[in-house]
Amino acid sequence: MKKSVLFIISLFMSATFISCNNSENSKNGDRGALASSAAEKTYVAPGEHDEFYAFISGGFSGQLSVYGLPSGRLLKVIPVFSQDAEKAWGYNEETKPMLNTSHGFIPWDDAHHPDISQTAGKLDGRWVFINGNNTPRIAKIDLTTFETTEIIEVPNSAGNHSSSFVTENTEYVVAGTRFSVPVPQRDMPINEYKGNFKGALTFISVEPEEGHMDIKFQLMMPGFDYDLAHPGRGKSHGWFFFSTYNTEEANTLMEVNSSQNDKDFIAAVNWKKIEEYVNNGGGNKVPANYAHNIYDEETHTATSTMKKEVLTVDPLEVPGAVFLLPTPKSPHGCDVDPTGEYIIGNGKLSADLTVHSYSKMIDAIENEKFDGDAYGIPILKFEDVLAGTVKQAGLGPLHTEFDGKGNGYTSFFISSEVVKWNVETQEVIDRKPSYYSVGHVMIPGGNSAEPFGKYVVSMNKITKDRYLPTGPEVTHSAQLYDISGEKMELLLDFPTIGEPHYAAGIPADIIKPNSKKIYKLDENKHEHATLSNGDARVERDGNEVHVYMTMIRSHFTPDNIEGIKVGDKVYFHVTNHEQDYDVPHGISMIGANTSELLIMPGQTETFVWEPKQPGVWPFYCTDFCSALHQEMQGYVRVSPADSNIELSWSLGED
Amino acid sequence: MKKAGIIMIIGSLLLLGLFKFPLWNIMLGAPQYPDPLGMNIHITGIKGVHEFDIQNIDGLNHYIGMKKIPKPEEMWEFDVFPKVILGMVILGVVIGLLGIFKKLSFRWFLGWLILMSILGVLGMYDFNLWLTEYGTDLDPNAIMKMTHPDGSPMTYKPPLFGHQKMLNFDVDSYPHTGGYMLFAGMLLTLIAFFVGKREWKTQKI
Repeated sequence: MKKSVLFIISLFMSATFISCNNSENSKNGDRGALASSAAEKTYVAPGEHDEFYAFISGGFSGQLSVYGLPSGRLLKVIPVFSQDAEKAWGYNEETKPMLNTSHGFIPWDDAHHPDISQTAGKLDGRWVFINGNNTPRIAKIDLTTFETTEIIEVPNSAGNHSSSFVTENTEYVVAGTRFSVPVPQRDMPINEYKGNFKGALTFISVEPEEGHMDIKFQLMMPGFDYDLAHPGRGKSHGWFFFSTYNTEEANTLMEVNSSQNDKDFIAAVNWKKIEEYVNNGGGNKVPANYAHNIYDEETHTATSTMKKEVLTVDPLEVPGAVFLLPTPKSPHGCDVDPTGEYIIGNGKLSADLTVHSYSKMIDAIENEKFDGDAYGIPILKFEDVLAGTVKQAGLGPLHTEFDGKGNGYTSFFISSEVVKWNVETQEVIDRKPSYYSVGHVMIPGGNSAEPFGKYVVSMNKITKDRYLPTGPEVTHSAQLYDISGEKMELLLDFPTIGEPHYAAGIPADIIKPNSKKIYKLDENKHEHATLSNGDARVERDGNEVHVYMTMIRSHFTPDNIEGIKVGDKVYFHVTNHEQDYDVPHGISMIGANTSELLIMPGQTETFVWEPKQPGVWPFYCTDFCSALHQEMQGYVRVSPADSNIELSWSLGED
Repeated sequence: MKKAGIIMIIGSLLLLGLFKFPLWNIMLGAPQYPDPLGMNIHITGIKGVHEFDIQNIDGLNHYIGMKKIPKPEEMWEFDVFPKVILGMVILGVVIGLLGIFKKLSFRWFLGWLILMSILGVLGMYDFNLWLTEYGTDLDPNAIMKMTHPDGSPMTYKPPLFGHQKMLNFDVDSYPHTGGYMLFAGMLLTLIAFFVGKREWKTQKI
């Protein structure tokens, strides 16, 4: 007991010592950086492009933001799980189905871990996947349009945290549950958790052409908390690694009760083996209820389908597919180095980093060197799989990324720093402070077989005095370090959207050439598209009125509509006839209980307006489109419910 | 006159390039159009350099009251030009063949060139007339009415040849592949004339 107290004291002292050192270094470093080349290194001249895209999740904002590196400029916020009035996402009729779930319309989530699709272990820049944590979902974003084109809900799951990571050919994107829950959900005492709750690790297949997602199987694991995950690659391709905590299976006062075991586990899953088992008819089909939402680029419209069944696999049914690697202590990140040999467990309550060896793991499995089991799943001996330990690297290691030159870069939350270390020798090379409390780190391609090890970005939870104060709520931030040399150099920090939880980066050249400029009008297959001005019209169907409207610089067709009545439900189906890059138009209607529409060239979008008062009500273009933007407007005459004014519409008639 | 005849035939056949490649090209660049908009003028009609350039040029021209860029069926030229070119190709080939078989004198080569040049000048004259008409016959209800410093109404005739600044646009008007093939072809017929002349003389001696 005394010994451990002493140890903790010495640990904190050494940490203090380390951080003191750091702050002095940092002052010098900052000064040096400002005086020398940091500004030059991050300066991207007007009109020039950044070298990398960084996709930084918005955490509790539910979105994904796109930054340029090294400038740190915000380029776009892509709406994913949260309604976004700026883009009408989740407000217009076309995208509302994207936010459908088995719990109904859920216009928010907690977006955590973006991951870019890969081919042969290298970033291919086709899609970004990102998880919704709170109501388990995985979204796919198309990188030709930077639009969310698919969202699949994950049943039997809760706190969809150890996701959305992709295998080396994007065969699967995984969705591991953070919280174990009763499966199927039922009414039962919470304190009977232990042994009864299950942790679902969901393998979602990705169709290689269109990228359509489908739940292939759910591995029903013991009721631990599954925190993060990474796929094997190269020699370890076919395996997936999930870090766990709460192997105690506690259900209350978790901060203490789930932190008792000195070692938790990294679960190693041989998904190829399970895939084979499933392809041969293995697994149990069980009832489920989850939404699968797809946005079709040709119809510009999303559809939501409820699925009723999911295939589950009991790990004991597939011997040799799942093993547990003891790892100290409540590991968060579970990161695989570019060669696929090393699996790094970042014990967030530890001062050490644990480096497991894939070859040693396979050897231990072949020689059946087990150290008991958990619910029948073999536990390997810690010593038998350990490649080494990075000793006293800092406090609270969270996440490691790799530079492709044999080095790991680990974030330390408690001691608030980024540490560079050699993966082979486990020696610390350099450390730099972060401002403050860094969560995850990102190197473009840093979790692929081919990292682009020029920069590391740290994502910080706290900014305190780093920027002008903005009341109690201050921005979170990201910091950019140059890692091209032996020592890291802090170049820049920049504010971010929501909570910058995690990020994925990629060289711009991989994505830029494929970026779409317009939607072709003659490929517009929207159900309510108006492809020629002659087809612009207004139709009544009971108390539903459908306005088929077109827009082009700088007018709407029609711009005068009469014959609408109080109590009508008026659908504005608006088609943008522009075929010119970067010329969207917007439209909004006074009193509409929704957002404006923001319609890209060649696209059709719809919003609903339910007029409640008679009068003549204007609508207008909301996106500054041309010199005559201000004139881009029109009127709708609303008559009392019992009036008999004929429906009529016009443009250019007095 | 075998060599000269062959050159004459090749020269005439080069005109066929006009059926595939544009004769002329006009590009419109401006700060907000980093990828300039452009028109390729073929003998069969006007096409955008990029898929939607014509629509976008029309959209811009609408502000100052210019007419839409004509479709092939709206201008007689696009009906007549291909026929004239085809006629001249056939004529040139026939002259060339007859030259090879010494059925006619090398002067016919020059004759063809003179006729082609006259037609070419007429074509350019007609093209210029169209540009003038297109750039000056503006809708009186146009949204924007720009004037020169002297108060006279501004017109928007693109240059027949070369570069010109029009409002915020840089307009460049130059021959394109088909045009260069036409000039090359005409040059070859001129060479055919001189080669024929020499061949004619040696023949005589």
